[in-house]
Amino acid sequence: MLAYIVRRVLATIPVMAFVALFVFSLLYVAPGDPAAVIAGDQATPADVERIRASLGLDRPFLIRFGEWVWRILQGDLGVSIFTNLPVATMIQQRIEPTLSLMIITLILAVSVAIPMGVIAAWKQGTVIDRTVMGFAVLGFSVPVFVVGYVLAYIFALELDWVPVQGYTPIKQGFWPWFQNLILPAIALGTVYIALIARITRATMLEVLQQDYIRTARAKGAGQRNILFLHALKNAAVPIVTVIGIGIALLIGGAVVTESVFAIPGLGRLTVDAILRRDYPVIQGVVLLFSFVYVLVNLMIDLLYTILDPRIRY
Amino acid sequence: MSASILDPKGITAANVAVAPTLPDIMPPVRARGGFFGFMRRNPAIAIGGSLVTLMVLVAIFAPLLFTTDPTALAPARRTREPSAMYWFGTDMLGRDIYSRVLYGARVSLLVGFSVAVLASIIGLTIGMISGFIRWADSIIMRVMDGMMSIPPILLAIALMALTRGSVQNVIIAITIAEIPRVSRLVRGVVLSLREQPYVDAAVAAGTRTPVIIWRHILPNTLAPITVQATYICASAMIVESILSFIGAGTPPIIPSWGNIMAEGRALWQVKPYIVFFPAIFLSITVLAVNLLGDGLRDALDPRMAKRL
Repeated sequence: MLAYIVRRVLATIPVMAFVALFVFSLLYVAPGDPAAVIAGDQATPADVERIRASLGLDRPFLIRFGEWVWRILQGDLGVSIFTNLPVATMIQQRIEPTLSLMIITLILAVSVAIPMGVIAAWKQGTVIDRTVMGFAVLGFSVPVFVVGYVLAYIFALELDWVPVQGYTPIKQGFWPWFQNLILPAIALGTVYIALIARITRATMLEVLQQDYIRTARAKGAGQRNILFLHALKNAAVPIVTVIGIGIALLIGGAVVTESVFAIPGLGRLTVDAILRRDYPVIQGVVLLFSFVYVLVNLMIDLLYTILDPRIRY
Repeated sequence: MSASILDPKGITAANVAVAPTLPDIMPPVRARGGFFGFMRRNPAIAIGGSLVTLMVLVAIFAPLLFTTDPTALAPARRTREPSAMYWFGTDMLGRDIYSRVLYGARVSLLVGFSVAVLASIIGLTIGMISGFIRWADSIIMRVMDGMMSIPPILLAIALMALTRGSVQNVIIAITIAEIPRVSRLVRGVVLSLREQPYVDAAVAAGTRTPVIIWRHILPNTLAPITVQATYICASAMIVESILSFIGAGTPPIIPSWGNIMAEGRALWQVKPYIVFFPAIFLSITVLAVNLLGDGLRDALDPRMAKRL
């Protein structure tokens, strides 16, 4: 067991190394010469060379990569070209809205999608099942910003139930915070719900055919017990795996959702950075998101043994 | 589902012992009835396919469908509501949204189809190499793991940040983001096909590896690849619109659905139709492609259909 955990943790190192290499290359091949920018218009080529040397930009790729990784490990993500603020600080300022949005979406999606999938599997072939599957296809097809605009139009503009756009920090109270995030969370969660509901249904269908389900029925267990206790427990591993993989959808979707709902989070930061070609910021955000994604999936892998004691390593 | 009887897991010691009757093992072959019979049996393909065809026709014949120049500015007639004159209204520069949306279909479909074809071909090649050459496999799969750990939209955004916005660059960026998934799929298929008795038989008969790949492996990867390609097409169209929407995709001078929505963003609370018309077209097109994919999956690969 311990050996497995160590092996699994070590296995993420090459993955993270690749991500770091990719993200570093991003800045390395990015158009524009930072030394020339810093030197200004009046500089002679010799000045530019001197600045380049002082920044260490003339050294070989691998040495610069090593130094860059070393700085990252110390929490230094570089300095934004546009605002001159450390990228780490900028990320810190923007992380709360994004984290809030993702947590609400995650809770919402899981608590809606799993019952949907379970019921669809239980009522296989009925109208309920077809409705759920129809919703799943629709959820995969309607892009997140389309859902966002439709929801905002109906519930914010027409019905005036929630604010149209913006974000209120949780410090100013749970309710205003929640009101601002509920529509973005539904919009962002749609495709995620579709994904989880679909895999839940498929796995449950398989599990419900097993002998132990028949045994549970024979000994007189109630339908709800069978579905949620016996069957869902055994279907947990694939479902949790998909929830983990689906985090990628949430991260990509957050970039768009934050634009639609004017939420000042990491997604907005990414979009602004792209428009300004602020490469250190792009680098920082991509690195952070990928790191979180890898970490979440690592934790899920380690969770398998708890979810399903039959799994031994 | 009668197909469940074919599931190998359904055959337990109990029902093997009593020798199931023939209809239990093999459901009768349904009446074929040519093209229309096929369409009737696969409504998802029929509906999805005709919607996609319709959209392709719209994209090709956009100039003939009562459109005007989609880039023609008319500041005097800006932000007009939809009317008999301007079917979908005009945007804040007075451009006709109906024309822009119809021409926008070209970008979406071009990106969707190109990415689907490119990602399939490259993914097929990489997956084949990975499935057949042991030493290359571990290296390729580590690289693919690394690429897959960057969320695809973020990867496409990062790549677009390096280049100028153009349709060609959008296609390249999305293709790169999609390749790892196709490669993994093909590798998985190849690895399971290699264990098939007919491949063993071919090896035993002295068939050379390239011939085995060409004659026995490749044809069997085409069904799952085709299904995957339709899903990639759908997802590429969404990613293109997202890239354009946040300003990192198709350049603003080319009308694309994402661009039209991006331009309507500032005004959407007062003039929601600017955003909604391209949104409807995009959603319907992606839905059609996804339906086509589901239909193809059910028709081409019954085993995969059962799992999802």
